Amino acid sequence: MKPPPFDYVRPDSLQAAVGALADLEWGGRLIAGGQSLVPMLNLRLAPLVRLVDVSRLEELRCLEETSDAVLFGACIRHAEFEDSEVPDATNGLMQQVAAGIAYRAIRNRGTIGGSVSLADPSADWITPLIALGARFNIVGQEGKRVCQAADMFTGPYTTNVGDHEILVSIEVPKLSAEAQTGYYKIVRKAGEFAMAMCTAIRDKQHGLCNVVLGCANRKQILLPNSSTYLADVGEWSDQVRADFRASYRKDMQQANRMEDLYELKLCETAVLQTVESALVNS
Amino acid sequence: MEKNESGVDEKNRQQPFRGIGARINRNEDARFLDGKGEYLADLNIPGTQEVAFSRSPVAHGRILSIEIPEEFRSQVFLMSDLGNIKPVRAVLNHPDFRVSDFPAMATDVVRFVGEAIAMCVAPTRAEAEDVAQSIFVDFEELPVVVDTLESAGGRTEIIHEGWPNNTVFISKPGNGDIDAVAKKADVIISRELRMNRQCVVSLEGRGVLAYQDRRLQELVVYSSTQQPHIIRTILAKLIGVDEHKMRVVAPDIGGAFGVKNNLQQEEVAIAALAKIVDFPVRWIEDRREHLIASAQAREHHYSMKLYADKNGRILGLDAEVIVDAGAYSIWPWSCAMECNMVVGVLPGPYKMEAYRGKGITVLSNKPPLGPYRGVGRPGACFAMERLIDELAREVGREPHEIRIENMVEPDQMPFTTIAGKLYDSGNFPQSVRKCAEMINVESFRERQKLNAKNGIHIGLGWASYVEQTAHGTNEWLSRNLSEIFGYESATARFTPDGNLILEVAIHNHGQGLETTLAQVAATELGVDPTNVVIRYGDTAVSPYGLGTFASRSMVMAGGAVGKATEELAEKVKRIGAHILETTFDSVLLRDGMVVSGERSVPFSEICRVAYRHAQDLPPNEEPGLTATVAYQPESGTGAFSYATHAAEVLVDTNSGLVKIDDYVVVHDCGTIVNPMVVEGQIQGGLAQGIGNALYEESPYDSNGQPLASTFLDYLLPGFTEVPTARIEHIESPSPFTRYGVKGMGEGGAIGAPAAVVNAINDALKNTGVEINETPVSPRRILTAIQRAASTSDSNEGNNL
Repeated sequence: MKPPPFDYVRPDSLQAAVGALADLEWGGRLIAGGQSLVPMLNLRLAPLVRLVDVSRLEELRCLEETSDAVLFGACIRHAEFEDSEVPDATNGLMQQVAAGIAYRAIRNRGTIGGSVSLADPSADWITPLIALGARFNIVGQEGKRVCQAADMFTGPYTTNVGDHEILVSIEVPKLSAEAQTGYYKIVRKAGEFAMAMCTAIRDKQHGLCNVVLGCANRKQILLPNSSTYLADVGEWSDQVRADFRASYRKDMQQANRMEDLYELKLCETAVLQTVESALVNS
Repeated sequence: MEKNESGVDEKNRQQPFRGIGARINRNEDARFLDGKGEYLADLNIPGTQEVAFSRSPVAHGRILSIEIPEEFRSQVFLMSDLGNIKPVRAVLNHPDFRVSDFPAMATDVVRFVGEAIAMCVAPTRAEAEDVAQSIFVDFEELPVVVDTLESAGGRTEIIHEGWPNNTVFISKPGNGDIDAVAKKADVIISRELRMNRQCVVSLEGRGVLAYQDRRLQELVVYSSTQQPHIIRTILAKLIGVDEHKMRVVAPDIGGAFGVKNNLQQEEVAIAALAKIVDFPVRWIEDRREHLIASAQAREHHYSMKLYADKNGRILGLDAEVIVDAGAYSIWPWSCAMECNMVVGVLPGPYKMEAYRGKGITVLSNKPPLGPYRGVGRPGACFAMERLIDELAREVGREPHEIRIENMVEPDQMPFTTIAGKLYDSGNFPQSVRKCAEMINVESFRERQKLNAKNGIHIGLGWASYVEQTAHGTNEWLSRNLSEIFGYESATARFTPDGNLILEVAIHNHGQGLETTLAQVAATELGVDPTNVVIRYGDTAVSPYGLGTFASRSMVMAGGAVGKATEELAEKVKRIGAHILETTFDSVLLRDGMVVSGERSVPFSEICRVAYRHAQDLPPNEEPGLTATVAYQPESGTGAFSYATHAAEVLVDTNSGLVKIDDYVVVHDCGTIVNPMVVEGQIQGGLAQGIGNALYEESPYDSNGQPLASTFLDYLLPGFTEVPTARIEHIESPSPFTRYGVKGMGEGGAIGAPAAVVNAINDALKNTGVEINETPVSPRRILTAIQRAASTSDSNEGNNL
């Protein structure tokens, strides 16, 4: 479990980093925290020609707070969210999510941008960023572009970011003070990858109401019926629970995700726990 | 003479007392906690080249050709490059045992994914892996045998040429008339159960380093092994070196649990390689190799019938057990050991009129099965105790009451079981009674009656078992093993300045033996146990002995150390009495001194005389203060520990997750040498038992490809999943062992799968679900509930 030989470069500017990817037809890979990539390299599962270390690029460590959003550099570490070293745009949601990622040793090194770019379907950041309507700033040889959350995650381990592009930062719109949030994941043991996960956000003031489901090995999906139901539902009750269950089933039917009963049940549990915690706790 | 609580003569106590029975901190912890242990990977021998094995990617195939790039040819070693190396042949001395060979590296046919084919040598492991990756092996793929029951049914490809089928051995223990029992039984509990295949997963993997020592003209083999002397014996034979020209060293070991208790193919290959190259070579197992290519464990299938009367009194047991031993037989245990152990111990602590056991060992294209903490017994206990809980349910009684009534009574000891084992001592029912008190069964049932909220159910599960330990000569003979592990040896040696060194052939890798053996010496000699040096793990530093496994070291090596230090104590007293000019009978040993009334002489003075000034010795006393002894327990049938476990769990039927809320262990391992060490062993075993019950599984797909080759897929319990058990001790000293000690290293792992799975079933009893397969994963729980719901008219409450 040692990696094959590869080139390693640590460019001193974003432009140089883009260049280090661009002059290879394939096999260039970015490394930031390395918490997923290094084990894959050691297992010789990730074909690699050149490792481009972006962990020290200032542009990727940027942090800008405006009145309606916070811009997080891609190399901000999970632990920095967990420890509240960065501004909170989400009434504590992002802190809660970060604190539950794997183990502290991984959170100390792993970055939000690395997690998003790898897009492991069990990664914690994806459902909240979709639910929040985050915007992703991407840089390539052709220059900068912005990708909306809805277009960012195209499937397990695939994103809108091209092989020669770099995710620079993530802009997260601020929630209003009254916004309600819930995040819940089902893990077999502390620190493991989740079997199912869900984020729910209801921000009436900003007209935002999203329930986003994640499930091991599957693309994350926004649940339209559940989101609509969440928008106007009253206090949590057994009836509300039953209604959510019905809307969830409808969502899964529409998504053609009814065939695996085990997965269906796990995801249902994740969704119901999430909306309950959004409505009851926040 | 006075006796202390442990029943040990109170002859040589120091103040405060730190001998047998004392709860003292471990001597070895200082170096381990400080990161100063020295493991195989820490060895820094100049010129060492690293080895990566090229391993089979197919589960069953004939090697047609091996292409090695010319630039790497000198760095690659195939079996044919190593000279005349004998294949490993591990057999039982029984005419029915079917013999097969296990070459150190495959020569013509590979039989599991991960089997070694070539050694690749380079200055670093990464470069060695590059070489390994460059090798192309062309296989003619052969049909793969994965399904154990199909293999047992003979409906598959034959794994070893010339065999009529894949069955290696069938063992049929038992006694009594099972048909008569079947006729008169009011209740028959009939179940199929399965304990799936597991990996062992020591924190440190395996590893071997070997080189030629030119000065001593010996081959030095460092290996992460539990039994260096035994390994030297077999290695010498296989690679053609005389045993006196070979030294095997086992340095610090980061966990072993049985996976380092076999001759390893890599030991043979690396030692053979070191013979023909002029630099040290080292292989360090990586995690993927550990998960797919080291010996694995369990994989039992049970078809059981328990016969009882209407009150729940057990009449008899009829059991067919099939164990899937993988592709090869490992030395010295043979591939049949696991299954034979299972059917030998199935009746557990219970009395019955008849038992018919049938244990069938079959092969498949998976890694070979080896010993893992508990050997056979976690499965046997799981199967038997599942049936006991179901029997209780069937006759409408509490499971713990059924256990108490069916157990061997203390006044029946020593007791010969229906399967022919000799239980030496103990009060089995008392362990259940104590456990029930600690749990408070009635109050639990009250809480359980309050309806389950939001799909969360609580359950209480039990497991009682008997743990045979320190198996002696007779036991190993009865198992038809090629090696007989009935004794241990020790040298006790004073240094000229009055300090004590113990040289033993066992190994210490978590058992606390650097402390407990010192406590034995402290008891005999009145020395400070924190100042005793224990040397082990090296064929060059101790007399021959058999190693640490099968919960034997405290009994066997403890007995040997006791005997050797007792011998030294006599001599120390003779010399002391002579110096003090008094009689032998008027002196005693205390705090490192020979004491007679108000007067005393320190051991340093005794040793000065013994080693350096023989003119001061008593007449006819020989110089020196060293004793080398061998010890074997009085009966060669083993000392039997036992315990009852009770687990309280919470099962979430929304997610299929299980949480262990409370865990109680009441156990008896005879005289306890150090309660803290005993409790640590129980707790550690419990963690592995919980892994067995809930998390750990090594599944294979239909092509024989391992589906759990990293920790992503092979789940282990962590700190947050393992509760701290509440532990109570009972002490029934063994009549067969020195000090009355019994082994106890495996019990935690034996009881937990049964207790936890019983608790889960107790929690789910009103959902129409019964789960008889480990690990009890969320998928297994939810799927079982879904199946029950789809077959019942009312699926209310399940919401599936």
